[in-house]
Amino acid sequence: MNFVIPSFAPAIPEIVLLVMASLILVADTFWSKRFQNATYYAIQATLLVVGYLLLTSFTAETVYTFNDSFVRDSFADVMKLFTIAVSLGVFMFAREYLAQHKFVSGEFFVLGLFGVLGMFVLISANNFITLFLGLEIMSLAIYAMVALRKYDGMAVEAAMKYFVLGALATGMMLYGISMVYGATGSITFTEIKEIIASGQADGIVLAFGVVFIVIGLAFKLGAVPFHMWMPDVYHGAPTAVTLYIGTAPKLAGFAMLYRLLYEAMPGLVTDWQQLIIMISILSMVVGAIVAIAQDNLKRMLAYSGIGHIGFLLLGVIAATDNGFSAAMFYIIVYAITGVAGFGIIVALSRTGFEFDRIADFKGLNQKNPWLALMMLIIMFSMAGIPPFVGFWAKILVIEEVVAAGFTWIAIIAVITAVISAFYYLRVVKAMYFDQSEIKGPVEIISPSLHWGLSFVAILLLALGLLPTQLIDLCYLSI
Amino acid sequence: MIALSDYLLFGAVLFMISMAGIFLNRKNVIVLLMSIELLLLAVNTNLVAFSHYLNDVTGQIFVFFILTVAAAEAAIGLAIIVLVFRNRKSINVDDLGSLKG
Repeated sequence: MNFVIPSFAPAIPEIVLLVMASLILVADTFWSKRFQNATYYAIQATLLVVGYLLLTSFTAETVYTFNDSFVRDSFADVMKLFTIAVSLGVFMFAREYLAQHKFVSGEFFVLGLFGVLGMFVLISANNFITLFLGLEIMSLAIYAMVALRKYDGMAVEAAMKYFVLGALATGMMLYGISMVYGATGSITFTEIKEIIASGQADGIVLAFGVVFIVIGLAFKLGAVPFHMWMPDVYHGAPTAVTLYIGTAPKLAGFAMLYRLLYEAMPGLVTDWQQLIIMISILSMVVGAIVAIAQDNLKRMLAYSGIGHIGFLLLGVIAATDNGFSAAMFYIIVYAITGVAGFGIIVALSRTGFEFDRIADFKGLNQKNPWLALMMLIIMFSMAGIPPFVGFWAKILVIEEVVAAGFTWIAIIAVITAVISAFYYLRVVKAMYFDQSEIKGPVEIISPSLHWGLSFVAILLLALGLLPTQLIDLCYLSI
Repeated sequence: MIALSDYLLFGAVLFMISMAGIFLNRKNVIVLLMSIELLLLAVNTNLVAFSHYLNDVTGQIFVFFILTVAAAEAAIGLAIIVLVFRNRKSINVDDLGSLKG
C-alpha cells in the first residue's frame, strides 16, 4: 500500500486556526501580566485572517481530502464565514463583560478559539471520526468555558449538568454510529449514502442506529424532550459564555444535522422524518409555553431558543434541498439575532449586577430610548414580526414544510409563533409602559459596545428589508 | 465460536447499565462519570465486534479515537467535580439543584 500525501489546501483555515490557538495559548501566559488585551487582539486578528483565507479561496466545487474524511464545499464555506462573523461579534461583546466583571480573560478567548476550530472541523466533516472529533473539540472547550468563573456556585453547577448531559449525548450518538458502521461497513458519508441506496445494508440495524443518532443530535441542539440542560446552562453560565454558546455552536450543530441526515443517510428519510416531526412539534410547543413562565431573560431566551430549534427542524422535515436551505437561513438569522439578544444583556451588566431579569428592563424607554429601541428590534425579530429578518426566516421554513405536504405541522408552527409573540411583547411592554425600579441612569458599559449593538440591531432591520441576497446565498449553497 | 450477536448483546447490556447509572443514581457525581465511561466502552465493544466480523480495520481505528477523547473528557469532568466540591463541600447529585425551571 502506497502512502499518498493528502492535499492540505482545503484545510488551510483549520490549520491556521489550530496553530494560532496553540501559539496564543502559550503566549498568553507571558502576555497576560504585561500587555492588557494582547490575547484579545491576537484572537480577533486570527479570526480575520481565517475569514480572509476563506473568502479568497471561496469555491463552488466540492473538494474531498484526507482520504475523504474532510470536505470543502460551498455549504461549508458559507457556514464557516458566518461562524467567523458571529464569533468576532461574540468576542467583542465578551471582552467588555470580562473587563467589567474582573474575570480571567485569556483562557476565555483561547478556549473560544479552540471552540471555533471544533465548529470548523464539524462543519467540514465527511466521516464519523472527523465529525466526532469536531464535536468533542467544540464541546470540551465549552464545558470549560461554562466553569470558568470558579467561585460561582451556579456556573459550576451549570457546567456539571452540561458536562454530564453533553457526554451522554455524545455516547448515544456514538452508539448509533457504531450501528450504522456495522450495517454499512463504512464510516465515510458519501459511501454510506451509496451503500444505503443500493439496499445492501440491514434495514433494522440501520433504523436502530438512526434513532440513537437523532437522539444525540437533539441533545446537542437542545430540542425537546432532550432540552433540560439549555435553560440551566444559559442561566447559570456567565453571560459572556451564554452569548458564546447560544450563537456559533448552533451553526455547527445545524451543519452536523445536515451532514448526518442529508449527506449520509438521505436513504433513511422515512425513518428519521417521523422522529424529527415529533421533536420539532414538541420543541415549538414547549418553547412557546414554558417561556411565558420565566422572569429571567437568559432563561426566557433559552426557551425561545428551544422554540427556534423546533422551527429550524421544519426545514429538515421537508427533507429537500430547498428545505435544508431554508433551515440554513433560519439558523444564520438565529445566530445573528442571538448575538444581539444576549449582547444587550452583556452590554448592560456591570460589576455585581447582571441585568438579566425582565424586571430590570422596566421603564428602559424613559432612561435610555435608543437602547429600548434596539431591544424592541431584537424582540420583534425573534417573534417574527415584519419587516425584521426573523419574519423571513419563519416564513421560509413554513413555506418549505407546506411544499413537502405537511400543512398540519405548518398550522401548529403558526399557532406557537403567535403564542411566543406574547412573551417577547411582554418585554417590550415592560420597557415602554412600566415604571423603572432602578435608581440612576442605565447605560451601556462602553462606547464600542454601543456601536456594536446598534450595528447588529440595524443589521436585523436591513436584512429584513433586503433579504434576497442572503436567501439566495443559502439556496445556492445546498 | 462466539457470534456477532453475542458481542452486540454484551454491548447493549453495558449500555443499559450505564443508562441506569446515569438516571437512577442520586448519590455521587463520580458514579455519573463512571457511567459515561461505561457508555463509551459499550460503543467500543460494538465497533470492535463489527470491525472483526466485517474484516475491516476502520472500526478499530475509531476505537482509538474514542479512547483518547474519553480520557480528555474524563479530565474535564473531574476538574468540574473538584470545582463543585470546592463550592458546595459535597458531590451529591441531590445538592445540585439550585437552578430550576
